[in-house]
Amino acid sequence: MDQLPALARVFAYLSLLTIGGGMAAFPEMKVLIVDVHRWLTADSLTHVYATGQMSPGPNMMMVAEVGQLVAGPLGALVCALAFFVPTGILTFLVGRLWKRLEHWPWRDSIQKGLGPVAIGLAVAGLITFGRTAVTGWLTLVVGILTFVAVVRTKINPVFFILGGAVIGFIALR
Amino acid sequence: MSTAQTAAPPPAASRTTVSPLEIFLTFLIIGATSFGGGVVAYLRDALVGKKKWFDDVEFLEMTSISNTLPGLNATNMAILAGDRLAGWPGATGALIGMCLPAFIFMTAAGMVYSESHARPLASAALRGVAAAAVGLIAATWFKIGKKSLHGFYDAFFVMAAILGINYFKWGVPITLLAVGAVAIFTYRPHTVPETSAQKDEDWINSLH
Repeated sequence: MDQLPALARVFAYLSLLTIGGGMAAFPEMKVLIVDVHRWLTADSLTHVYATGQMSPGPNMMMVAEVGQLVAGPLGALVCALAFFVPTGILTFLVGRLWKRLEHWPWRDSIQKGLGPVAIGLAVAGLITFGRTAVTGWLTLVVGILTFVAVVRTKINPVFFILGGAVIGFIALR
Repeated sequence: MSTAQTAAPPPAASRTTVSPLEIFLTFLIIGATSFGGGVVAYLRDALVGKKKWFDDVEFLEMTSISNTLPGLNATNMAILAGDRLAGWPGATGALIGMCLPAFIFMTAAGMVYSESHARPLASAALRGVAAAAVGLIAATWFKIGKKSLHGFYDAFFVMAAILGINYFKWGVPITLLAVGAVAIFTYRPHTVPETSAQKDEDWINSLH
């Protein structure tokens, strides 16, 4: 219970770093959740993030599972609200301003500039995530096969995620 | 892109009002069925395809706003679409609908994961899922990068962000602010002097 204000603070802060998607915030999330607050181990955080990939809708709702593990259902709710509401209000306001910013020359500059930065941050987050997720040759093979399959085929990626679950269940106990 | 040109002109004025409840239900279905990431593709099918609430031009504009702002594409798109259809009640309904199924799923997953007897089996399965997730996320960004990165500067900023986080250990906020500021400055507006008439017109437009 006494963790609720800290959960709210951490996840509201993390949400502001999700430029281009949730992966950008992962390195900071790992520092705060694993090292600073010691809410989860690095392995548990990797598992929770992986669970988010199986969820319908926004995958970053994994923040609710962190809240649930730390402080029960109320923790889940606090994390979800902290993560989605402040950025939601910002999006709402900018969405309404957008037309008026049409003649503001920096609008295009911001879009062009932040595009590659968002991709770089996502790859950096993925490297951080991969360090705990890829632990041996089998996980490496699963990762590479999934990459090739998703780039080359139009099969819904959730099937590769579930395939990973089956392989893990059999071979990674 | 070709569909964007053939689409009908924006029906902004003639758009029939949509009730917040219908918006909520539409996004609830998307939020419950969009597996495997790539929520934007599901949104396009529903909002442009089935419901015909938006044309491709307006949809593309909303995705570019979503990408520039913090927050996830799925929820940013829900808010922008909901607001355009029915104001703030529409935005709220869309956001809740989009998030509710995932919230229930992830909270339930947390309850299962914290059951001590289930944890070894769940952990084993999740090790496999995490490995597949690395491949999936890498593929997603590989595709985005292939489409949207052009030229030396883009490649430089991608590398700078990666090195800032993983090599120099600047942390996400510093890296974002530093590399972001340099990138925006690099793509700064061309300093073409505007005529005073143009400035007046812009000023008048800004009042509308």
